[in-house]
Amino acid sequence: MATSAGAGEATSAEGTETRRDFLILATGAFGAFGVGAAAWPLIDQMNPAADTLAASTTEVNLEPIQEGQRIVIKWRGKPVFITRRSQAQIQEARAVKVADLVDPEKDEDRVQKPEWLIVVGVCTHLGCIPLGSKQGEKQGEYKGWFCPCHGSHYDTSGRIRKGPAPKNLPVPTYSFLSDKLVRIG
Amino acid sequence: MSKPQITNPVMKWVDHRLPVFTFMHHELHEYPTPKNLNYFWNFGSLAGIILVTMIVTGIVLAMHYTPHINHAFDSVERIMRDVNYGWLIRYVHMNGASAFFIVVFIHIFRGLYYGSYKAPRELLWMLGVVILLLMMATAFLGYVLPWGQMSFWGATVITNLFSAIPLIGEPIVTWLWGGFSVDNATLNRFFSLHFLLPFVIVGVVVLHIVALHTHGSNNPVGIDTTGDDDQIPFHPYYTVKDLFGLGVFLVVFSLFVFYAPNYLGHPDNYVPADPLQTPPHIVPEWYFLPFYAILRSITFDIWILDAKLLGVIAMFASIGLLFLLPWLDRSPVRSARYRPIYRQFFWVLVIDCFILGIVGANAPDDPVFRNLGSFQYIHLGMISTAYYFFHFLVLLPLLSVLEKPKPLPASINEPVLGGGLGSAGAVSKPMEKA
Repeated sequence: MATSAGAGEATSAEGTETRRDFLILATGAFGAFGVGAAAWPLIDQMNPAADTLAASTTEVNLEPIQEGQRIVIKWRGKPVFITRRSQAQIQEARAVKVADLVDPEKDEDRVQKPEWLIVVGVCTHLGCIPLGSKQGEKQGEYKGWFCPCHGSHYDTSGRIRKGPAPKNLPVPTYSFLSDKLVRIG
Repeated sequence: MSKPQITNPVMKWVDHRLPVFTFMHHELHEYPTPKNLNYFWNFGSLAGIILVTMIVTGIVLAMHYTPHINHAFDSVERIMRDVNYGWLIRYVHMNGASAFFIVVFIHIFRGLYYGSYKAPRELLWMLGVVILLLMMATAFLGYVLPWGQMSFWGATVITNLFSAIPLIGEPIVTWLWGGFSVDNATLNRFFSLHFLLPFVIVGVVVLHIVALHTHGSNNPVGIDTTGDDDQIPFHPYYTVKDLFGLGVFLVVFSLFVFYAPNYLGHPDNYVPADPLQTPPHIVPEWYFLPFYAILRSITFDIWILDAKLLGVIAMFASIGLLFLLPWLDRSPVRSARYRPIYRQFFWVLVIDCFILGIVGANAPDDPVFRNLGSFQYIHLGMISTAYYFFHFLVLLPLLSVLEKPKPLPASINEPVLGGGLGSAGAVSKPMEKA
């Protein structure tokens, strides 16, 4: 930038910053902030809207679920598998050597109450819905879930045991509002 | 014309194959511009910025809008209440339409005052009129989309204008509607076209700018530039001036968006469309009011043409006339500064347009003055409509012949620097960067 020696402007030697450099930087920074502030609403509008967010929690009544039974509910457009596990299923999940797992995670860390397993029912490979929640569906070699798309096997804790899926079925945020009422999300 | 000094090797490589940087340097940096442009020359770039703003906010709104008669109104309300910053984006889009017209109207009257439509800028002017027509179509289509009462009845009234055409009028209206009234098919196609037309406008704007840069901007003196003494490079002189003008515009625009977002709208459009009940007063958006007044001012039949058809013809002719303007005004002097009589009639035309706007906003048979019941708005509308056409069709051709213009300066430099004294020349020197 050419240094201009206008009237009343402090002139300085070559290479040092002038008043004009400062003004240009300050104006540029102010302008950049303004552009950012104007752009943000245009970007943020693509995030979930208030009504979408309001629909992002689901309460589930656990009362009618029998021991060993699994149900599927819809939460944020995705299936959530809720299992009331039997003692045998809990034992099975806890007997595994954690270090041998594809995605090592203790069963205790995946449940709030051992009886209730709540996982998002979306295969971590390519997003199919694993089978095994309904009576008569194939549950896979580890008696959890089996994904029909590419053959991933999940165990009774929803952990990946065999097949191409890289991760365990994720556990959503949830809290027990009472013994028989859970809020997911 | 000089080539820009490009030092960045990547830019150099690109520019050698696709001279985008040379082009930008040529058109936005060194582009020689008359040095006497006043603030009325800000409104072209301002209109361009608003066009971009309208397209950006419009694309975003389309992400949340549903063009279906059962969902359109609710989806707009959802934008206002639930979508993040949806209220802001919609209010910017809504008031942006009004701002676009204010800016473009000033831009047009600037052209009228300084004779910017005269040779060699006739096509530049005519492309501008095309842009105005496209803008009006786009604005009308967009106003229908929220599917409020004004949307619905505005669409009904305007599409019914075409029924005035003899013989083929009714089939055309049915074709426009895609049914037998304004309905879902109409809303769908209006949304599609409302999305399309702004991009057509961008295309015509590009042609408008190409035509502009061919002979350069007109200027307040209205004479051609004679050399370097008359011109300054576009950057930084006019980039800075345009940015300052943008700042002032944004202050005013923000006042509307944040403090009076619905001031220019009509409350009835927050009532969902009801095909079985017409609101008591149907008023178009303010920017259509003068044209609406002209439409309603023709209440008499001429020969086999009925009043309805004549009204429609008059309304379209009021804009179509502008295409002929370069040939209606034959005066060789561009700027009204040197046309003492035209200058006065220019302001009469401005006042006439304001009066037409007021007439358009009022019911035709209401009295203009409370204590003078026989003089109604319809009469005022007839007078001002007649004057509008009189100005362009009679006054301008006559003035071209009768008016004696003031002597023009020899160059732009002369009036700017008060006679081109030696001291003034010295002052201008430091502005030229080595």
